[in-house]
Amino acid sequence: MALADVTPRLFGTTAFRLAAITVAAFLAAAAVIVVVLLSQVNGVLTEQVIAALDAEKAELQSHAGDAASLTETIKNRSRPEGPALYFLSGADGRKLAGNLNRLPPEIAGSASGGTFHYETALAKERLGVAIPVNVKDGLSLVIGRDIEDQRLIADRIRRGVLFGFGLLSLIALAGGALASRMLLARLETINQTSRSIMAGDLSRRIPLQGSGDEFDDLSTQLNAMIERIELLMNSLREVSDNIAHDLKTPLNRLRNRAEAALLESKGADGYREGLERTIDEADDLIKTFNALLLIARLEAGAFDASKEQFDIGTMVRDAAELYEPVAEEAGVALTSSIADGPSIVANRQLVSQAVINLIENALKYGRNGSADGSIAVAVANGGTNVEISVADHGPGIAPADRERVLKRFVRLEESRTPPGTGLGLSLVAAVARLHNGHVLLEDNAPGLRAILVLPVHKERRTV
Amino acid sequence: MRVLVIEDDRETAGFLQKALKESGHAADLAADGETGLAMAKEDIYDVLIVDRMLPKLDGLTVVKTLRTDGQRTPVLILSALGEVDDRVKGLRAGGDDYLTKPYAYSELLARIEALSRRAVPEEQETRYAVADLVLDRLSHRVSRNGENIILQPREYRLLEYLMKNAGQVVTRTMLLEHVWDYHFDPQTNVIDVHVSRLRSKIDKGFEKPLLHTVRGAGYMIRDGAG
Repeated sequence: MALADVTPRLFGTTAFRLAAITVAAFLAAAAVIVVVLLSQVNGVLTEQVIAALDAEKAELQSHAGDAASLTETIKNRSRPEGPALYFLSGADGRKLAGNLNRLPPEIAGSASGGTFHYETALAKERLGVAIPVNVKDGLSLVIGRDIEDQRLIADRIRRGVLFGFGLLSLIALAGGALASRMLLARLETINQTSRSIMAGDLSRRIPLQGSGDEFDDLSTQLNAMIERIELLMNSLREVSDNIAHDLKTPLNRLRNRAEAALLESKGADGYREGLERTIDEADDLIKTFNALLLIARLEAGAFDASKEQFDIGTMVRDAAELYEPVAEEAGVALTSSIADGPSIVANRQLVSQAVINLIENALKYGRNGSADGSIAVAVANGGTNVEISVADHGPGIAPADRERVLKRFVRLEESRTPPGTGLGLSLVAAVARLHNGHVLLEDNAPGLRAILVLPVHKERRTV
Repeated sequence: MRVLVIEDDRETAGFLQKALKESGHAADLAADGETGLAMAKEDIYDVLIVDRMLPKLDGLTVVKTLRTDGQRTPVLILSALGEVDDRVKGLRAGGDDYLTKPYAYSELLARIEALSRRAVPEEQETRYAVADLVLDRLSHRVSRNGENIILQPREYRLLEYLMKNAGQVVTRTMLLEHVWDYHFDPQTNVIDVHVSRLRSKIDKGFEKPLLHTVRGAGYMIRDGAG
């Protein structure tokens, strides 16, 4: 199935093309080397033969006697199947001596000689090289050497090289095809996964081979990306569900108030009161929307530019101080003994808002059914982390619900009565995530201890 | 006070013009950035209200251009983008204040009134006085009718800001921004408690209250019933 799909694409893949280019380049280079090598070998062998011929020519010319003695010498030297070749002819062109049957036509008109083909007594065609030798008395002499054996060796080398090249090309192409098949197979698993993800199944992940190779690296990265997308999609789905549910209620209330004001004919004052309450309701809705938008933007992580360095101890102390009178009026003791430091790099407004949300939560829910209404705000410097904790003595949050309350619009049933958007803790969690921190919800025995953990950037302390 | 409203949404602009007129101010409208910039350059306005997203020339560019030309008219930037970053960008461009849509008209009015006052060169005032209440900015001392009043540092800053804007409405959001440097609205109405504590220190035992609550808007320090 997949294989049939893959085969036609095999030769179009990058892997195959790379393999083919490499083989072609290698073959071209090797061919140049072989051609040069062969011509060098040929040259050396031929030169040796020519040198031997030149020496013999000089020797024959030096003690050139008369025609008869020359004919005798040539006759003696000519052996039927020997490597030395001779052809002596008279002025009329008739053969006088020598082991060649006839004057090779290739040499006939030439002054410097060259290669030629001849037939032996056994009628085998062989290759030779010959030069003309000037002799007196109108005789003409050609001496030569048989080089058929050298030619055979050269031929064999050439054939061997060609065979080698052919084999090499085949192996390389097969290797390229195999490599691209393997690459395609790996890519195909990634493609299949991405296709089913695009079709809507966000829970799919690319399988890893476990070899830790670059494809596993790529797949790990892609899986992390899909993970993040799935998370975002899920929270988006959850949010739109919750928006539909949680914003409809106040919108209905707003509408009812406006309608009630119209129905009650209390005159201008009645209308005014109705309008004012409508505006209050609209303001609450706007607050909820703003909080939602803020969380959405925090989760998109678009806040990096506005980080600054500040003293977290001072910031938390200021926030606690802001709420002390409010707590006091509500009959709650808000205690905080916070020293300066450490200095952190973060968005001061967002961290302030997160801390204030925690304090407001403690004030809102911390007193339910508890005699001891005290709230403790503290900052603990853990070196690499700073922990900002707000602890109350209220009903707390059951361990099973702790993860859930950090999500948008989740309000535990028992705490639905006090006004609120249901976004407070999720904003804290979003602020923490933006700063690479996290939120811990612990049992304060009794009550809840909410801890905002933020990293301390030591390297930026020089300011 | 003469206000220029640079806002492309007709309904919003019309509402602002009507509301400002009701509050006793004159308002001119410009429907796009270029017209707005040309009108603002006439330099006859006390405050400019500039929407951030405008046709032809965006609000931030209008403000930047004015500031580059050396125009100091106070600017309130209006924007649908309300996060910390947007605010910082708006103020960096040369805006004096930043208000996120949707806003309460009372909030906008209080802010432009505070801005128009800021244009008056009185930055280095060393002493604020409202009736017999005196705040000395050098010694950080507060007294009423010659009697020393002991204030917590934050109460002092709260009173200082209120007195700096004496006779004008100061909203809760403005107090959060200027006294606590918080640019967001908490759920609980924390400001009221702090103001009532301050009130008990400066008004208690005196016949004439100076720190007034303005219904539906905020607070105001002023002399007499006015």
